[in-house]
Amino acid sequence: MAAIALAAWRRAALALSAGALLAGAAPALAQEAPDAMVKRVAQEVLAIIRSDPAVQAGNEARIREVLETKLLPNFDFGRMTALAMGKNWRAATPEQQKRLTDEFRGLLVRTYSGALNQYRNETIEYKPLRMNPGDTEVMVRTLVVRASGVPVQIDYGMEKKADAWKCHDVVVAGVSLVTNYRDEFNEQVKSGGVDGLIKTIADRNRGVAAK
Amino acid sequence: MEAESEHRMTERGAWIPAAAALAGMLLAGCAAAPSRVDPLEPMNRALYEVHDVVDTNVVKPFVQGYVNVIPLPIRRTVSNVFNNIDDLFSAINDALQGKPDKFADDMARVVLNTSFGIGGIFDIATEAGIARGDEDFGQTFGVWGFGQGPYLFVPLFGPTTVRDGTGVILRIAVGPVGYVPDVPVRNALYGVAAIDQRSQLLGTGQLVDTAAIDRYLFIRNAYLQRRRYLVYDGAPPPEPEEE
Repeated sequence: MAAIALAAWRRAALALSAGALLAGAAPALAQEAPDAMVKRVAQEVLAIIRSDPAVQAGNEARIREVLETKLLPNFDFGRMTALAMGKNWRAATPEQQKRLTDEFRGLLVRTYSGALNQYRNETIEYKPLRMNPGDTEVMVRTLVVRASGVPVQIDYGMEKKADAWKCHDVVVAGVSLVTNYRDEFNEQVKSGGVDGLIKTIADRNRGVAAK
Repeated sequence: MEAESEHRMTERGAWIPAAAALAGMLLAGCAAAPSRVDPLEPMNRALYEVHDVVDTNVVKPFVQGYVNVIPLPIRRTVSNVFNNIDDLFSAINDALQGKPDKFADDMARVVLNTSFGIGGIFDIATEAGIARGDEDFGQTFGVWGFGQGPYLFVPLFGPTTVRDGTGVILRIAVGPVGYVPDVPVRNALYGVAAIDQRSQLLGTGQLVDTAAIDRYLFIRNAYLQRRRYLVYDGAPPPEPEEE
């Protein structure tokens, strides 16, 4: 009897874990909604920030690891760079586009990792998503409520890709990240060409201060 | 508000002609309809360099000291009191812009915080879920259809435009700190207001240092985006394409 009961229990457990696996895989199959994705990623990252002592101590390697594994796969850096470049994007060769995207990604990651360990007691409110069926571009709106100071509206510009929604713009209190870089990129391209711009960002990433 | 520190020695009356002159520039700026946002860039860049040296070496260390020495609850109280006054002016601007719902919210904030919040020391309105309207004269001019005019960088004050700067001067001129009869007390209040304002921006400066390729342009574009967003109450129409 005991053996049968055990076998039954095992089967149930197996069925349960298979169900859990399927549930876990479901977002990939049915494609997770953009607002649900932002919420999931934000909660995952916040949970790590709040509980991980290395992140709280400002351990850069660990912060970088959290960003690389949890946050950055959800961004479309190519689109981000193209938007920041504006009309200059088409003037760049594919090879320049790739180098520029890599360096710009590096700049954004450094900016984020500097800011990341400052967040701890924040809570995020998610505003209702305004989206029509079939939309491939959407803005996910959130409000970050801080223990000290005024709440900050942070919106994510998202695009539907083949496998998942990807973020190509972060708008903080009305300031779009990619739009903000447009003049800086343009100025650099005007004075030193696309290679000049790539070199400037690369220098910044290697610790040369901005002018 | 940060500008108030620079003007601590100035008599209140002196603001009226200055405001009038700037208002004139504002109108002229609109008539000319400048195609570029920053026609005075060479001058602004020079002023930014001056500002940056003074801010980095004097203002920022001093304000950092304020943050280190004064405990958060006291600093928050200081912010709350000044915010309460700003909320009153936000309500005035809600009225000038014809926004009855925001006017009701801002007035409710002022009444709640002034009475139960003991003169604005406690921001109980925020805890009650009434958001700040965050309106000012510069936004009102914008809603009335005035263009922003040339971008200006004012040392010790920061980024502004002719339109927004006119709004700030008008705001200082109408008070209430200007009505404090005792000059040292009045100047101290201006000083504390400026320190409070600057202290809110300490984290932002760090971010700009890391993120910017050209800090002058980064700050200018962030300021102009932010103001546009505020004039349109958080729902700006798509940016018109340049060139």
